[in-house]
This record gives sequence, C-alpha cells and structure tokens, in this order.
Amino acid sequence: MIGPDDIPVLPRGVRIHWDKVRATWVLLAPERTVTLDAAAHAVLSEIDGARSFGAITEALAERYDAPAAQIAADSAGLLGALRDRRFLEVVS
Amino acid sequence: MSVRPPIAMLAELTHRCPLSCPYCSNPLELARIDAELDTDTWSRVFREAAELGVLQLHLSGGEPASRRDLTELVRAAREAGLYTNLITSGIGLTERRLRELDEAGLDHIQLSLQGTDAAMADRIGGYKGGYDRKMQVAGWIGEIGFPLTLNAVLHRQNLHQLPRALEMAVEMGARRIEVATVQFHGWALMNRDALMPTREQAREADRIVTEARQGLKGTLVIDYVPADYHSDYPKRCMGGWGTTGLNVAPDGLVLPCHAAQTIPHLTFDNVRDRPLAEIWYEGAAFNAYRGTEWMAEPCRSCERKLKDFGGCRCQAMAVVGDAAATDPVCVKSPHHGALQVQAEAFAKGSEDALTWRAAPKRAAEPAE
Ligand code: SF4
Ligand code: SF4
Repeated sequence: MIGPDDIPVLPRGVRIHWDKVRATWVLLAPERTVTLDAAAHAVLSEIDGARSFGAITEALAERYDAPAAQIAADSAGLLGALRDRRFLEVVS
Repeated sequence: MSVRPPIAMLAELTHRCPLSCPYCSNPLELARIDAELDTDTWSRVFREAAELGVLQLHLSGGEPASRRDLTELVRAAREAGLYTNLITSGIGLTERRLRELDEAGLDHIQLSLQGTDAAMADRIGGYKGGYDRKMQVAGWIGEIGFPLTLNAVLHRQNLHQLPRALEMAVEMGARRIEVATVQFHGWALMNRDALMPTREQAREADRIVTEARQGLKGTLVIDYVPADYHSDYPKRCMGGWGTTGLNVAPDGLVLPCHAAQTIPHLTFDNVRDRPLAEIWYEGAAFNAYRGTEWMAEPCRSCERKLKDFGGCRCQAMAVVGDAAATDPVCVKSPHHGALQVQAEAFAKGSEDALTWRAAPKRAAEPAE
C-alpha cells in the first residue's frame, strides 16, 4: 500500500494523453490504454516524480475542498492497481 | 450496430526479415519488396489513424528494422500523436540506430524470443548468430532505458524453456512478458506436426504461468496466450472482428486481422485508394464479421457470443472450411472432437520436419 512519504513516479513509456476522438483522458502504457475518469486524471496529473503521495493528496484536498484522508483512501487503490501492472513506480 | 473507432493499429512495414521462423504470422504469399508503401504514405496513414481514434501503433513486419526509414517513420508516428511500439527480433538494430529511435520518440520495444539459448533460438529462427546478437541488442535497450516487453513464442520444441524465459525477462529488466503459445495460422499451419504442444505441456505451461504471476507480482506482468487446440473455449480474436484493431499490410491493404487474407471471399481496401476511416467504417471485409448478425448456431444462441464473438474466423476457415462457422476450438463446435484428435496426432509428429518461412520476392523476378 502506498504511504504518505512514498513518491509515485510514472515511468518512461507511461503517459497521460487527451483522446480527442473519444473526448476523454487516457493513460497510455506499453500495449495498454486505461481510460481515466476525472478523479484518476486529477491524481495522476499531480505526479511529477518529486512530490510525495502525502503532498499530492493535500494539494488535491485543498483544490477540491474534500478531506485529505478520503482522497488518499480513494487514490491509493488506483495507484496500487497501476503499480501491480507496472504502470507506476514508487520511490520510498 | 454502432461501430466504435479502433484503438490499435498494426503496421506491417515490410515482410522482409533476416529470420525465417516456421510459425511466422505473415501470409504465405509475402508482399513484394517493390510493393511496400513509401515513407510519405505511411506517415499519412499514421495521421489518418490518429484522426480515426487509434491510440496505439505497433510497428511490425517481418522485421521493421529492415526498413531504412524506420527512424523517420517513428518520428512521423509520434508527431501524429500515436503511442509507438516497435515489434522486433532485434536483428538489424545497432546501438546507434537505437539511440536515433530514442531521439525520435519511440515509446516501447517488444523483443521476440525464439529460444532461451543459442542452439534453440538459432535453429527456430533459421539464423545463425541471431541469439547472441539479440542479447547484445537487449543490453543496449536496457542501457538506453526503453520500456521492454519480451515476447516468447512457445511450441512443443521449446515449451520446456518457459521458466528460463521468465527469468530472462526479469534479468533484462522487462516490465512485461508475452508468453504466446504458437497460433496455427500462416506458416505455422504447415508446421503443426513439428510445433503442436502436447496436452501435458499445455497444462504444465498453465501451471507455470499461474505460479509466476503470483511470485512476480509487481515485478513482471505476464500476458499469456494458451495453446488453443487444447482449450475448451476459443479466444476473442482481435478483441472482436472490426471492434478494436486493424492491420495494414506492407503493400497498403487494410486487414481486420493478420490472417484475414486466408478467407478467400473477402476483398480488402488499400490505403492508397481510400481514406482509412472509410475503410474501417464501410469496408466490406470489416463489416463481414462485425457484431453477431453473421453467426450461425451454436454461436447465435450462445450466452458467450459477446464474450468471444465465436472465436477466430481464420481458424474456422482453415479447419472447417467455412469462415462463418464456430471456431472449432469451442466445445460446442461439432468439429471440436475431431480437432482434439488431430491435435494429439500432430503432437506426436516429427520435430525435424520444419518448414521455415520464405523471403519476399524482389521486383520483376521471373515467375516460378
Ligand atoms: S516471426 Fe520470425 S520470421 Fe516472422 S517476422 Fe517475426 S522474426 Fe521474422
Ligand atoms: S458457441 Fe460460439 S459464442 Fe459460444 S462459446 Fe463457442 S465460439 Fe463462443
């Protein structure tokens, strides 16, 4: 499970892309495409390879005026699933 | 039925290849070298594909590195906004060329593995020194940092090497491995005697993959194509005919799947004559087996019909002689029993009787 001090990184070959034909954000990865809903897009867009997961959830909490704990709980599942598929790396 | 745009396009840049794998998915009638699309035409096709909704482009062949303009093509694909994947045996790639591809924006490399040692790999690939060269290329890929998928094609002669293939993928730093049991189309169909896995091998491979998926979770993602002659249900071929992807052959023909030309009554459009979007939405070959309207029994009233779309049309054609029949792999097909008996017989065939694939013809060669 990803913790507040962990730094999530989108590795080379994984990028966020605006799919203009389907009018949605997607995550492009080796031979896979994942459709991103608004919440998933918001979290992944914050990942810059420097900030910790804790800092990211706090920034989102402020922007969307929602409890940080809630955002952390919701996005940890997504990041965990991406990590299992090797679409995301975590530096601790 | 509403037709959605395709997600993936396989661009077979050429049918040329230094290797001659006996299971090559290229058609028996290889596209002639002088019939290949030029750089500008491919670049236009990439832009049309992106406009149509394609997100993932697979540059394949034959061996795509046999095209001198590969770097230009990668650049054009990236400029079009496509995620660009190179499917290669590694032969024809130098360190310098890989660095150029890196600079051009290549996103990912899929490297094929014919065997886990030189003796096996060079015999199957029909190319001496190929394995050593491939290992060198894998080293450069790792140094440059390209995301890597290893693609191991397995059959009766090398299935015992599966555990080593998994280890190699980890050693090379690959994030993914495709463990693909040979599919019997194209050249492989001529080599069923030599390549058909035994039922025991197929079950052993299932077991190894299940265990490795547990043990390597978070390290290596394993995509697995099981031996379908030994399965009870067919694969959802191409994600469903005309739903997800399309192939463009070296000469510009647009195919719903790489083996579609084995279905004799289908006609194919060419990117030279018609816009890609029109071919996808209106082309006769794409509409021939789209959806479920074309199905006969047992598929028509089967609860799995939206799950596998009746399996593979080309396999139905090759085995049953009718492209609209239920894939004979399916337990509900009247041909399923016969296919299983056949598979057992092929699995006892001779391993020496390999037919390696041929090379494409050059321009103006006299007819044979
Ligand atoms: S399967 Fe073998 S012969 Fe066919 S294109 Fe791939 S490497 Fe070349
Ligand atoms: S009968 Fe047709 S739809 Fe049903 S499982 Fe078999 S192939 Fe699939």
